[in-house]
Amino acid sequence: MAQFILPPNSRIKQGEHYAAPNGAVNTRIFKVYRWEPDSGENPRLDTYEVDLDSCGPMVLDAIVKIKNEIDPTLTFRRSCREGICGSCAMNIDGRNTLACTKAIDEIDGDVRIYPLPSMRVVKDLVPDMTHFYAQYASIRPWIRTQTPPPPDQERLQSPEDREELDGLYECILCACCQTSCPSYWWNPDRYLGPAVLLQAYRWIADSRDEDTGSRLDDLDDAFKLYRCHTIMNCASACPKGLNPAKAIAEIKRLMVARQ
Amino acid sequence: MSTDNRPLSPHLQVYRLPFTALTSISHRISGVLLSAGSLVLVYWVLAAAAGPASYQTASAILGSLPVQILLFLWTFVLFYHLCNGIRHLIWDAGHGFELETAERSGQIAIGAAVALTLIAWLIALV
Repeated sequence: MAQFILPPNSRIKQGEHYAAPNGAVNTRIFKVYRWEPDSGENPRLDTYEVDLDSCGPMVLDAIVKIKNEIDPTLTFRRSCREGICGSCAMNIDGRNTLACTKAIDEIDGDVRIYPLPSMRVVKDLVPDMTHFYAQYASIRPWIRTQTPPPPDQERLQSPEDREELDGLYECILCACCQTSCPSYWWNPDRYLGPAVLLQAYRWIADSRDEDTGSRLDDLDDAFKLYRCHTIMNCASACPKGLNPAKAIAEIKRLMVARQ
Repeated sequence: MSTDNRPLSPHLQVYRLPFTALTSISHRISGVLLSAGSLVLVYWVLAAAAGPASYQTASAILGSLPVQILLFLWTFVLFYHLCNGIRHLIWDAGHGFELETAERSGQIAIGAAVALTLIAWLIALV
């Protein structure tokens, strides 16, 4: 049964307030979700006043600045700072996106930052991705073949067949779409979710893969696939502009077509 | 290290639902409201079957202003569920998944539901 309200240990309390440094004129308020695993306390929302005149343009710049200059205990994942690694996926201003590609001036009012929604929190903005990766592994995301490879070359693909992978191969597995999906919030244990289904379709659509039948068999399940109700939060959230809802519809279409 | 005290990060509490999500949850809510409304329809049909006296009573109740307002709202709910259902049918046929198209089709579904509601009541009242 869907759990619409947060369990008692997850309800967010008022946190601490860190005022802007003296002399700062162009400040912005950042409200950031904090949870300290060793404290035994509930999560809290800390408020930081950040001087934007000495800060880069992106939300990631601001939280790096907070960690460097205001509160070194703030914990988050980041790596490439250019939207290709997917580490800094978080809920910013009520939508899932990458902190490194989200400009601060795109946001009206206070900047609210939470971890990816409906995930177990390891610390602050770091969610536990174990289950997501296990679901990804469950689709066996690699090329599966029946025939032996050509003796003297790779398995080749025509430019047209390669184009079938456009809009699929760009996925960086940041889980922005996965954790934006209400169906996934209510059934994370049984619904594969938009990111994993987009990846599943990426292998179904690959002309070199020879295991489409068994891939479809694996997905033909009331929960794994058919919890998608075309809510489209996934497509709205994707920081790479991909459309998992469309990929899921393609899988559903193939299910019907093969009957 | 024990990990079972990990909190669940907020979801519905903090997510700013996009327009397509609002049309989706409205579709489900309208389905629930229609199920409730079908009881009223059953009452009306039963009253008609039970004879002129009970039908008279039913007509009086259904014709009263508060119930007429409810019926007006139910008519909108019915047409919204119908129009958005057609939108789902088009999706199931594999079309209209681009974000702009999905938003536009949601606007069209709502607009069509309003228009059909007004037309139905104009025909009923004139």
